[in-house]
Amino acid sequence: MLSILRTIWYVFLHSFQKRITVQYPEQKPYLAPRYRGRIILSRDPDGGERCVACNLCAVACPVGCIALQATEDKNGRRYPEFFRINFSRCIFCGYCEEACPTYAIQLTPDFEIGEFHRKNLVYEKEDLLINGPGKHPGYNFWQIAGVKIGGKDKGEAAHEAAPVDVHTLLP
Amino acid sequence: MATVYVDNKACEMNPEENLLHGCLSHGFKLPYFCWHPALGSVGACRQCAVKQFKDDKDSQGKIVMSCMTPAAEGTRISIADPEVVAFRAGIIEGLMLNHPHDCPVCDEGGECHLQDMTVMTGHDYRRYEFEKRTFRNQDLGPLVNHEMNRCIQCYRCVRYYRDYAGGRDLNAFASRDQVFFGRSEDGVLENEFSGNLVEICPTGVFTDKTLKHHYARKWDQQFAPSVCVHCALGCNTDAGERYGSLRRIVNRYNHEINGYFLCDRGRFGYEFVNSEARLRQSVLKDRPTSAAAARQYLDQTVANGRVIGIGSPRASLESNFALRTLVGPDHFYSGIADHEAKLVGLMLEILRRGPMRTPTLRDIEESDVVLILGEDLTNVAPRMALSVRQSVRQQPMEAVKKLKVPLWLDHGVRDAMQDARGPLYIATPYRTRLDEVATATFRAAPDDLARFGFAIAHALDSSAPISHETSQDWLMAAAIARALKAAKKPLVISGTSCASEAVIQAAANVAMAANTALSFTAPECNTIGAALMGGNSLSAAFQAVKDGEADTVIILENDLYRRAPQAEVDSMLKAATHVIALDHLPNPTTEKAELLLPAGTFAESDGTFISSEGRVQRFLQVSAPQNEVMASWRWLKPDHWQSLDDVLRAMAKALPELDAACDAAPSSKFRIAGAKIPRSPLRESGRTAALVNINISEPKTPDDPDSALSFSMEGTPDQPPAALIPFFWSPNWNSIQAVNTYQKEVGGPLRGGDAGVRLFEPAPRNGQAYFSAIPRAFSPRQGAWLLVPMYHIFGSDELSLAAPGIRELATKPHVAVNSDEFAEGAEVEVNCAAGTFRLPVMIHREMPVGVAALSVGLSPLVGIQWPTWGKIARAK
Ligand code: SF4
Ligand code: SF4
Ligand code: SF4
Ligand code: SF4
Ligand code: FES
Repeated sequence: MLSILRTIWYVFLHSFQKRITVQYPEQKPYLAPRYRGRIILSRDPDGGERCVACNLCAVACPVGCIALQATEDKNGRRYPEFFRINFSRCIFCGYCEEACPTYAIQLTPDFEIGEFHRKNLVYEKEDLLINGPGKHPGYNFWQIAGVKIGGKDKGEAAHEAAPVDVHTLLP
Repeated sequence: MATVYVDNKACEMNPEENLLHGCLSHGFKLPYFCWHPALGSVGACRQCAVKQFKDDKDSQGKIVMSCMTPAAEGTRISIADPEVVAFRAGIIEGLMLNHPHDCPVCDEGGECHLQDMTVMTGHDYRRYEFEKRTFRNQDLGPLVNHEMNRCIQCYRCVRYYRDYAGGRDLNAFASRDQVFFGRSEDGVLENEFSGNLVEICPTGVFTDKTLKHHYARKWDQQFAPSVCVHCALGCNTDAGERYGSLRRIVNRYNHEINGYFLCDRGRFGYEFVNSEARLRQSVLKDRPTSAAAARQYLDQTVANGRVIGIGSPRASLESNFALRTLVGPDHFYSGIADHEAKLVGLMLEILRRGPMRTPTLRDIEESDVVLILGEDLTNVAPRMALSVRQSVRQQPMEAVKKLKVPLWLDHGVRDAMQDARGPLYIATPYRTRLDEVATATFRAAPDDLARFGFAIAHALDSSAPISHETSQDWLMAAAIARALKAAKKPLVISGTSCASEAVIQAAANVAMAANTALSFTAPECNTIGAALMGGNSLSAAFQAVKDGEADTVIILENDLYRRAPQAEVDSMLKAATHVIALDHLPNPTTEKAELLLPAGTFAESDGTFISSEGRVQRFLQVSAPQNEVMASWRWLKPDHWQSLDDVLRAMAKALPELDAACDAAPSSKFRIAGAKIPRSPLRESGRTAALVNINISEPKTPDDPDSALSFSMEGTPDQPPAALIPFFWSPNWNSIQAVNTYQKEVGGPLRGGDAGVRLFEPAPRNGQAYFSAIPRAFSPRQGAWLLVPMYHIFGSDELSLAAPGIRELATKPHVAVNSDEFAEGAEVEVNCAAGTFRLPVMIHREMPVGVAALSVGLSPLVGIQWPTWGKIARAK
């Protein structure tokens, strides 16, 4: 008898406490930028595709859900011909982001990617590519790499001396 | 064996070798760059440093380069000593100062010796923040890519290219920390073995340009052991595939054959497999049809018709045998051109009869006197030319040994040798690339080459026949005979390229008289196998159709227009009611076929070839079939043959001489600790994404009923037998240098023995008779030319010509003569039995008068029966 009364008393007290239920989906929770949700491919500060199709994300992926094929434009800039993530397999571990040498692949705080059909969870490059640099605004891999691409000749990358004149023997 | 103490552990090492060689052979992780088992030591990179101690009391020690220090008895060294560890880390940091931040976009990434060594030394952070040196790259042609910023100045490339392969157009330029490795100006690398730079260079400076066009990382490629299909030498290769297309060919080490090196035709010719023109579906009466319908039509036609089958020297033993079984041995015709079949038959007779041994390429490399009779090796059997190039070092090497210079000490050996070269004699109708290292050359028409050979044989053994007409070449023949007699390991090389039986017989006489090894070249990857399979001659097949004995012809992987004159093939194909062809690529023969079946190339099928050495070797399918393309033997086989093992068993029973094919590789039942051998590296990526655009449920891994390999990364981690090695990899060694860990001793045979079974072992000497049909001396005819074939490494091989890189480099068809009548480059008309051809003429001053050489195998110069006589006139 006493315990019942005590329970009712607690319930009564509880109705004065702060509510913690979130009214999702009307109300969105806050997720930190480094939350590991839907994966995107970002762009260089100058708008070019950031991914250089190095395959490191794919090989780091423990479930093997990233597949891509490298190709090159006529000026030697490498990019993925196709880039596919099978989100029905992805475990959002973030290893791909860790492995990426160009900051191209990033996990975002969006987790609302539920689908009724698994096949709709297959994202191609068109679905992944966003229009900005994401979490790493300043970085441009091509400005650091030594290969020549359209608009950047040998010797023009960061910390590069002008190309050697191989016809001289002068010390 | 010498006992060397490595970090106080006693190790048995070969005292004839250096410490680096010994340490690597024992599996120690000792980093190195400039040393290579085939090139020896120069001590250029300083990466292989170890600490050497005087005796067990010495705790101070001194740092030495392990590659420059002999593995002498009692040597005490340490690899783990902190001082030398720091030294090595310092060296690699130095090498990396100027290294670009390229790994993500570098084709070497994931199989880079520099990456491996950087990780091995623990250099994981760059402290250098100043300017990096840069270089401009060169366009080196369609096969090799150049990215000079990545160079660490180890000098391996020029040492290989110039010293080993005899190239001239690659060199080191500039000075101090700016040394540049390239050509004096942009342009195609001239050497026929330039592709090996890709594997020799420990960094991404030289990479495979054909791979770049459809790049995939090594860890992502699915590999299978293969055998090169572009000539008869049977170099061992590994073929890599990704997403259903073939990506590249890499060398598969075989101590007895190709060692570390392939020729460019073999490395880059693979692209025909990916050709847009490939036949990927059955075609019945010009309409695409299903495999089932095609098979049904085939069965029906075979059941109702009078059928003959024409085999092929570029199809596997299994495919030839399946056709032979389908049509019956009496109705099976060899697909080899008549004139060639005669020559190959003669070669086989000689090899079977003995007593000459047919040498491996390594034997050729170790020969100290070589006579080449009638062969332009670089263009016919390219890899053999590279071996012959090494053979001329054998005699000078003896002198070096006397000076007590260790043979691995490359600069020491070269200094001691200077320009000395051992005896190499080349007798051919026209100049060859190897002339530059020859002691003497002899230019003559095929009949005179044969007479020359007979004269040498007679000089060696007076019971060998000789013609009574005297010759002014007698002195040279006598000199060659003396050299052969004095040799420790003499060798005679000949073959089919002069299209002369007399030349082959003469070579056999010399080999028998001097008791030398005898190597014959052959035109195609399975010419020897097809010849051993037997069958009636090609012209008999034509006759059978013409006479109405047969109304249905099944043609296996063979463009008959390359084997016989056009008119004959035309009339035969017209006379036949049903023409059924199996092939990879469309060609004039397949165009005439009523039913066309898409045949798997070496990458899409399993099979066995027999090389010109007489080595039986297996190649395996690279990826699971994704369309109707399958091995020809699968199209043709009777229902009760389920797998390759069944075909091999049936073949061994029907043709006992070929039962070695069963042992060319372990059977499909072979397992290592119950597991198959994985075709894919452990880290293959994208397994749950590659195909989900087609179907979200990932397919089950396909089975492989035909081999002990699996189509996945699952399987044994252990080293497979040599014939089944899909790729070389071991922990810490991601690059091709991992082959070190597969060998008994670095640079030696693979553990468990090298791949392939030899068919011909020397028969004892038991009074085998000399050949005595000496031809009459060649005399030029008024108004007519003797036409002989001239082969081209890029162009004469049918399949590689469909690879874009090789096609770009292919020689333009031409005729070579020694005549004042024509101007170099002028258009002429060559008129012979096979037709009239309009060609540019090249003046070869060294050629015998009255003889003209025609580019063989290049359209329109196909189907010619060699040798033949023809007229040459200025084109109107
Ligand atoms: S790791 Fe980054 S750059 Fe490399 S393929 Fe993946 S997304 Fe592209
Ligand atoms: S050569 Fe090796 S270390 Fe250098 S960029 Fe290429 S992969 Fe990286
Ligand atoms: S190009 Fe390659 S092989 Fe040649 S010196 Fe440089 S790193 Fe060595
Ligand atoms: S030498 Fe012949 S078998 Fe060897 S790689 Fe070249 S074409 Fe192939
Ligand atoms: S490997 Fe010994 S110094 Fe280069």
